[in-house]
Amino acid sequence: MAPKKTNIKKVIEDDTNSRRDFIKKSGLFTALAFTPPSLVMASEKKWDEKIAEYLETVPLSIEVNGTKHNLNVEPRTTLLDLLRENLQLTGTKKGCDHGQCGACTVHVNGTRILSCLSLASMQQNAQITTIEGLSKGKKLHPMQEAFIKNDGFQCGYCTPGQIMSGIACIKEGHANSREEIREYMSGNICRCGAYHNIVDAITEVKEGGKPL
Amino acid sequence: MKNFQIVRALSSGSAVTNISKDPSAMFIAGGTNLVDLMKKNVVAPEKLVDITALDLKKIEFGTGKVSIGALAKNSQVAEDKSIKEKYPLLALALAAGASQQIRHMATVGGNMLQRTRCSYFYNTDMPCNKRTPKSGCGAIGGSNRMHAIFGASESCIAVHPSDMCIALAALDATVFVEGPKGKRQIKFTDFHRLPGNTPEKDNTLENKELITSVEIPENNFTKNVHYLKVRDRSSYAFALISVAVGLDIKNNVINDARLAMGGVAHKPWRLTEAEEFLKGKTVAEEIFKQAANLSMKGAKSYGDNDFKLTLGPNAIIEALTIAASK
Repeated sequence: MAPKKTNIKKVIEDDTNSRRDFIKKSGLFTALAFTPPSLVMASEKKWDEKIAEYLETVPLSIEVNGTKHNLNVEPRTTLLDLLRENLQLTGTKKGCDHGQCGACTVHVNGTRILSCLSLASMQQNAQITTIEGLSKGKKLHPMQEAFIKNDGFQCGYCTPGQIMSGIACIKEGHANSREEIREYMSGNICRCGAYHNIVDAITEVKEGGKPL
Repeated sequence: MKNFQIVRALSSGSAVTNISKDPSAMFIAGGTNLVDLMKKNVVAPEKLVDITALDLKKIEFGTGKVSIGALAKNSQVAEDKSIKEKYPLLALALAAGASQQIRHMATVGGNMLQRTRCSYFYNTDMPCNKRTPKSGCGAIGGSNRMHAIFGASESCIAVHPSDMCIALAALDATVFVEGPKGKRQIKFTDFHRLPGNTPEKDNTLENKELITSVEIPENNFTKNVHYLKVRDRSSYAFALISVAVGLDIKNNVINDARLAMGGVAHKPWRLTEAEEFLKGKTVAEEIFKQAANLSMKGAKSYGDNDFKLTLGPNAIIEALTIAASK
């Protein structure tokens, strides 16, 4: 986990040109209308452009695993990066980062989505549940227990996404047969090939009937 | 990803105003395609107009039609009880697309605006007339297994990737849009276009119009329908070829038929000649074979996708057979 300061420095170094272009192009009216007050203030006080870039964020109120956060995020920050880099919740994994593998699956307002293709700035007041939010104290969630019992993983990298998806699969009513589970879990890729045991785990939780 | 401004629109009017005054601004809703394209630097808007707060999420059943809001989620439509009952072909096609996580995010309007999945379009080191006009087409003479067999041009042989749109084309849907010049309707089969010399244009929207809803007229395609999707794995992959079939059968006679193909052209490929041929015919394998042969008239392959010339008619026969047997 890289410290937050390093990330900000990297962003500035990588993207100085485009940010400078953007600031030049932005007329005062546009700036007043659409940019955060901090940037307008930076511009008025003729602060260094890099400082202005640093401040060019949007305010975001978000609840993650029951904890409320008031943050400032760059518009381009994905929900996945917000969780991992800003909130240090690294249980949610970055697999492909392009919506093809499902490792980044989290629940937003109770619905499973891909956090790598979600912009954090569009999640205003959302309630997020990640793998870290499933257990109650030391008591694991029934799906976590079932994955351990059924050997539902080998390397474990896809597992947080598989578990978040597996819970949703049952809640959505799409776990009525092995075939249906396979279809509705198809967005979660496991390169170790633990699919058979993943289906076993989900089937067991479904048949167990415990509240999820 | 290049950074950008983000603005949240609270009405369709303000969304349209916001976007029309900024040449590089784009709408964002589900973001499942756009965010990916931005990460790959295929598109780099300086401003995004977030339209997710607009009141365009409802599925409304009226007299003789259903109106589906542009922001209705793909999973919401696919699992709507009345859609399943009255428009099962649409529900089947939606369920065949993407994964459940993506269907929970992706909207109906955004699904229509999906860009092609041609690998040359996505790879900014490669030539692509769709991404960079006049830069050439990497797929012609290149790796073109997924590519078009109908309606392609010397500029572009990319295919439209949506499943939902194949069903909407078959079901005679209409698209409702709103732009700086006001509101208008576009026939679904006229919404997407063939590449010609301007493959950078996927559709016939003008001046960054906003899609507000899609309307489907009521029909008799409620029982004998099928969406056959042939792909490299059994789920979560784009179609090599897909076929949407709606048959209205009484006493083993086909009263009416709808037939459209996906994965074969720059737009959903409606097979009107085969539809006309099927009308009045008695259900029989031979009839389906003839309809499939009619459908393949004018098909042209580009090397890696030669197999589609055989897979195409076989998929049509299979889809018709399954639909007729339901």
